[in-house]
Amino acid sequence: MTEALPAFDIVPALPEVFLLLAGMALLVVGAMRDKDASRVVTPLAALALLVAALFVIGADKTADPIFSGHFVFDSFAAFLKVVILAGSAVSIVLAQGYLEDQELDRFEFPLLILFSSLGMCMMVSANSFLALYMALELQSLPLYVLAAFNRDQLRSTEAGLKYFVLGALASGMLLYGCSLVYGFTGTILFDDLGAMLLGTENGTLELGIGALVGLVFIAAGLAFKLSAVPFHMWAPDVYEGAPTPVTAFFAAAPKVAAVGLTLRVLMQPFGPVAGEWQQIIVFIAIASMLLGAFAAIRQTNIKRLLAYSGIGHIGFALVGLAAGTERGIYGVLIYMTIYLVMTLGTFTVVLMMRRQGRYIETIDDLAGLSSTRPLMAAAMAIFMFSLAGIPPLAGFFGKLYVFMAAVEAGLTPLAVLGVLASVVGAYYYLRIVKLMYFDEPAEAFDRQGRLELQAICAVSAVLVLGFILIPGPLLATAQAAAAALMP
Amino acid sequence: MTPHLLLFYLFATVAVAAAVMVVSARNPVHSVLFLILTFFNAAALFILIGAEFLAMVLVVVYVGAVAVLFMFVVMMLNVNFVRMRQGFLQYLPVGGLIGVILLVELILVAGTWVVADTPEAIEPRPTTAGLTNTEALGNVFYTEYFYLFQAAGVILLVAIIGAIALTLRDRGNIRRQDIGEQVHRDRASAVQLRKVKSRAGI
Repeated sequence: MTEALPAFDIVPALPEVFLLLAGMALLVVGAMRDKDASRVVTPLAALALLVAALFVIGADKTADPIFSGHFVFDSFAAFLKVVILAGSAVSIVLAQGYLEDQELDRFEFPLLILFSSLGMCMMVSANSFLALYMALELQSLPLYVLAAFNRDQLRSTEAGLKYFVLGALASGMLLYGCSLVYGFTGTILFDDLGAMLLGTENGTLELGIGALVGLVFIAAGLAFKLSAVPFHMWAPDVYEGAPTPVTAFFAAAPKVAAVGLTLRVLMQPFGPVAGEWQQIIVFIAIASMLLGAFAAIRQTNIKRLLAYSGIGHIGFALVGLAAGTERGIYGVLIYMTIYLVMTLGTFTVVLMMRRQGRYIETIDDLAGLSSTRPLMAAAMAIFMFSLAGIPPLAGFFGKLYVFMAAVEAGLTPLAVLGVLASVVGAYYYLRIVKLMYFDEPAEAFDRQGRLELQAICAVSAVLVLGFILIPGPLLATAQAAAAALMP
Repeated sequence: MTPHLLLFYLFATVAVAAAVMVVSARNPVHSVLFLILTFFNAAALFILIGAEFLAMVLVVVYVGAVAVLFMFVVMMLNVNFVRMRQGFLQYLPVGGLIGVILLVELILVAGTWVVADTPEAIEPRPTTAGLTNTEALGNVFYTEYFYLFQAAGVILLVAIIGAIALTLRDRGNIRRQDIGEQVHRDRASAVQLRKVKSRAGI
C-alpha cells in the first residue's frame, strides 16, 4: 500500500481549527497562571470566539464538503456559526461577575464554553451521521460539567447528574437511529443519502421501514437536545439547578446549534421524504408550544419560567421547520437569532437581581422594580414584550415569519394553534411587566457595578427595539443561508 | 473433526463454563477472574472467525480496563455479596416464569429463521480485498475518518478538563516537591559545621 495520502483541505474548517488551537493554548495559559488564571483566560476566550466568528464571515461559503464529505461549510453553517459564536462570547462575558461573587471563577469555565462552542460549530457543519454524533457529544460534554460547576451546592450537582444521565440516554437513542439508517441504506454521508432518496423511482419515495424507525430515533434524540416536548423534562430542573450564567448559556447558543443540526438533518438527507418526518415535527411543535404556554403560568422561579418559555419558543421555531420550505427555514433562522438576543438580554437582567450581595431568582422579587431601578425595569419590559411577540418588537417578527411560512405550506391549523399558544404565553410575560410597574415596590436591588452586564443589557434591548428599523442585514443573510440548505 | 472445529468447541466450552462460574462463584474476586477467562476465550473465538482486530480490542479494553476496574471496585468497596444473595430463592418463581417466557419467545423467533442458500458468501474472511481487519481499518482511520478521529480526541480532552474541574480541590496544607528549590540548595544553606565539645552535645 503506497498510495499517496489524500491532501487535507482544511481551509473551510479554519474557524474550528483556530478555536481548537486557541482552546489548547488557553488551557496551558490557565494552568501556568496561579491565582488570576480566570481573569486572563476569560477575556481571551471571548476574544478567540469573536476571532473565529470573523474567520467564518471572511471565508468562502461555496466550498465543497471536506474531510471525505464529513464536514460541509455553506452559507447556512456560516450564518449559524456567527450567531453561535457571538452568543457564546456574550455568555462568557456575562458570567464573570457572578462567578467572582460566588468564588467559582476558575479558568475551566470559559474553556468549557469555548470547547462546547467548537462542538456547536461542528454540529452545524456536520455532513454525516458520525460527524453529527461526534459534534453533538463534544457540545454536550462541557454542558454536563458546566451544569455541575458549582460542585459544592447540591442543586447544581443534581442538575449536572440529571442532565448527564438523560443526555446519555438521548445520545444512545440518536446513535441507535443512526445505526439503523446506516444499516438499511448503507451510507452515513448526508449527501449520498439525500441523492439516494432523491433517485428513487418517479416520485414515490420509499425510505423502508428500518430506516424510517431510525429516522424516528434520530428525531427523538434531537428533540431531547432541543428540549422539545415530550423530551423536555430535564430542562426546568437543570435550568433551575445550574448556576445562573450557565443557564443563560444553555438557553442561548446550544439551542441555536441544535435547531441548526435538526434543520440540516431533516432538510438535506431526509429532505426528499419530508412527508415522513413532517408529522413528527408538527406534533413536537404543537406539544412544545402548548406546554411552554400553560406550564409556565404557575412558576415562581424566574429560571424555571424561562425554561418553560424556552420550550415554548422551540415549538414556535419548529413550526417553520414543519413547513419544510425555504421560507420556513428562513423563518426559523430569523426566529432563533432573535430568540438568542432576547434570551441573553433577559438573563442579564436576572443576573442583576441581587440583594445585599445575594443573587435572588423568584419572580416576586421584581415587584415595583420600575420605581427603584427604572432602566432595568424598562429593559426587562422590552424583553418580556418581545418574548410575548408583541409588535413592533423583534420577537413579533420572528413569529410572523414562521407562521407565514406555515400558512403558505398549507399548515394553517398549526399556525392558528401557534397564535393561540402565544396569546396564552403572553399572560405570564405580561404578568412580569405588571409586577414591575404596578405593584408595591419590594426592597431595592443592589446597585449594579459591573459595566459589561449593563452594556450587554442595553445592546440587546436596542437590538430588540431597532430590528424593525434596520431588518435588512439579518433578513438578507438568513435568506442566503436558507437557500443554501435547499437542494 | 477438523482442528478448527476442535478449537472452537474447546474455547466455546471453556467460555460457557467460565461464564457460569462468574455468576455462581462465592468469592467476588473469583467471579472477576472467571470473567477475565470468559473474555479471553471469546477473543479466541473471534480469532477463529478471522476478526483478529476485535479479538485484540476485546482483550485490551475488556480485560485490560473493564475487568481491572471491576477488580478495584470489588476489592475497595468490600461489598457483602453473601447478604445480597439472601432472598434469592424468594424471587425464583417470578424469575423462572420470566425465563420461561423469554425461552419460548426465543424459540418462536429462531423457528422462523431461514438460513440463506449461499453459505460461501457469509463465510468468515478478513476483508474482500484480502487485507486483514487491522490493515483495512488502518487504511481509512487516518485518511477518510481523520476528522472523526480528531473529534474523538477533542472529546477526550474535554472529558479530562471536566473531570479535573469537577473533582480537583486545592488543599492548602500539602507539602509539594519544589525541584527548583531542591536543586538550588547549596552547601551554605544545607550544611552547618559546628564545633562540638566533647561530652556536651549540641
